[in-house]
Amino acid sequence: MSEKMAQTAAGAGSDFDRLTLDWYIDKLVQALVFIGGISAIVFIIGIFVFISREGFGFLLGEFNFKEFFFSPNWRPTSETKETFGILALVAGTASVTGLAMLIAIPFSLGAAIFIAEFASGKTREFLKITVELLAAIPSVVWGFIGLAIMNPIIIETFDVPVGLNVLNAGVILGLMAAPIMTSIAEDALNAVPDPYREAAEAMGATRWQVIYKVVLPAAKNGLLGAVLLGVGRGFGETMAVLMATGHSINIPTSVFDSVRALTATIAAELGETAAGSPHYQALFTIGIFLFVITFIINLAADLVVRGVKKG
Amino acid sequence: MPSRISYLPFALTAMTALLAGCGGGEQRQVIQNKGSDTLVNVAQAWAENYQQVDPSVVVAVSGGGSGTGIAALINGTVDIANASRAIKDKELKLAQDNGQEPVQHVVGFDALAIFLHADNPLDEISISQLADIYGDGGTSLSWTDLGVEVPGCKDQEIVVVSRQNNSGTYAYFRDAVLGSRDFKLGTRDMHGSKDVVDLVEKTPCAIGYSGLAYAVDHVKLPCVSTEAGGACVAPSVETAIDNSYPIARPLFMYTNGEPTGYVGDYMNWIKSSEGQCIILEKGYAPATTVNCG
Repeated sequence: MSEKMAQTAAGAGSDFDRLTLDWYIDKLVQALVFIGGISAIVFIIGIFVFISREGFGFLLGEFNFKEFFFSPNWRPTSETKETFGILALVAGTASVTGLAMLIAIPFSLGAAIFIAEFASGKTREFLKITVELLAAIPSVVWGFIGLAIMNPIIIETFDVPVGLNVLNAGVILGLMAAPIMTSIAEDALNAVPDPYREAAEAMGATRWQVIYKVVLPAAKNGLLGAVLLGVGRGFGETMAVLMATGHSINIPTSVFDSVRALTATIAAELGETAAGSPHYQALFTIGIFLFVITFIINLAADLVVRGVKKG
Repeated sequence: MPSRISYLPFALTAMTALLAGCGGGEQRQVIQNKGSDTLVNVAQAWAENYQQVDPSVVVAVSGGGSGTGIAALINGTVDIANASRAIKDKELKLAQDNGQEPVQHVVGFDALAIFLHADNPLDEISISQLADIYGDGGTSLSWTDLGVEVPGCKDQEIVVVSRQNNSGTYAYFRDAVLGSRDFKLGTRDMHGSKDVVDLVEKTPCAIGYSGLAYAVDHVKLPCVSTEAGGACVAPSVETAIDNSYPIARPLFMYTNGEPTGYVGDYMNWIKSSEGQCIILEKGYAPATTVNCG
């Protein structure tokens, strides 16, 4: 053993400079890769610490659990009594996201099944690129479409006074969420091994039976993950819902009611609140709430997607 | 949306400042001016016209709202804050804690017009009717409650258009019309005066409020009476000047301490007949009687 060590030492001594340089480069690259690897975690923790710190004063002081979650009265600048109830805002976000999913799920699953199972060659490549392009449209452009195109169409078609409502925002958000859901759902379908399909076809199953009875059940975790990611996207989307919902504090009873989303409230109000005031801190508390919700949704999506690979 | 426009003159003035800086060795003074979206168009016009008066002073104007401007004054990042409402006691105290001493200047008046769709037959509205439409617990939910039937408005339901809760216009309307009571929930809260007028223009059922300067041809401005059946006054620059219009508000600029030097010169010029004629041209009432020919 001592002989070996001596040899190593001698080897190092004979070519000392080159080895140390390599050693340093190796360590440096290792460190860089490590920093890159953990940077996402550092940022996530940093962001969470930041929004928690800003919202903490509110959680300790004005925060009233019952009022915050069960009162629709969001009146942060009232002269008589400031109230911070987010029930109507949660209802707004939930209704818009819910409608968006009703629209996006059939569209995105249909598109994913077509791309993964039916299309081939150029058609397939062309569709994939187009879907990715659709995902790259900025949300403010979607909001603009809601404001300028959907609004008059909804007024004309349904004979309602204002076209900025749950329906408008839900359709816009559904179209926004569909591309990313399509991509992930398509990956899930591609992950189903071909022998499954071949075996089913050998049993005399038709194309539809193969998909319905074999491929979809085999990919169900991945598909559920795709849907959950779409839900996460819907919850977090800000600009398009700010422009298309009508921005009205309201618990909706129909799709033609204007609502206001949690994210849109932060976007509209944070710019003009005095830093450190209860209103400012309450907005950050909404931020914490949104963060926790999207974290749970993304974690759930990740867990179910992982589940498919193990099984 | 006015904030978007407001960067243009900023960019222009910044560019002229840079160009001039390259050309001559003369020292340029920059006045930072920020705040109310109601005042932003006037503030821009003042800044542009002041170039001819004193080319050595550059005024950088931006919008963002009364609260933003006053916050910037408290933080000491602007020389002049524009506001469409008076500074709050809370803000004054915060400013003093930060070693600032806001001084108020009335630079003009603005009639807060009520906007209706062009087809709405309603010609006059009283403050108490407005409070009933906008206020928390108000009972007027449909146009028939006000005794009119609006053509093209299904169910006659009133679509109430308001502003975001930190706008100076919102705060003034609450104080003047609702008497500090809260707004009712479910109003459509627009993010700028222009958005309010746009929505009302397209929506037969709607009612909205904004500065008179934002009025366009295709909306109707009813006259406003203090009490139902009382004298009804149409919103105009004249009725804002003689104080007969019930919801006219002063427009303010705040400086840190009595303005001196080039900021003082600029404030004096704004209050002079030349400056006051510019605000009149933009659709607001001047703070002093002027003859602009």
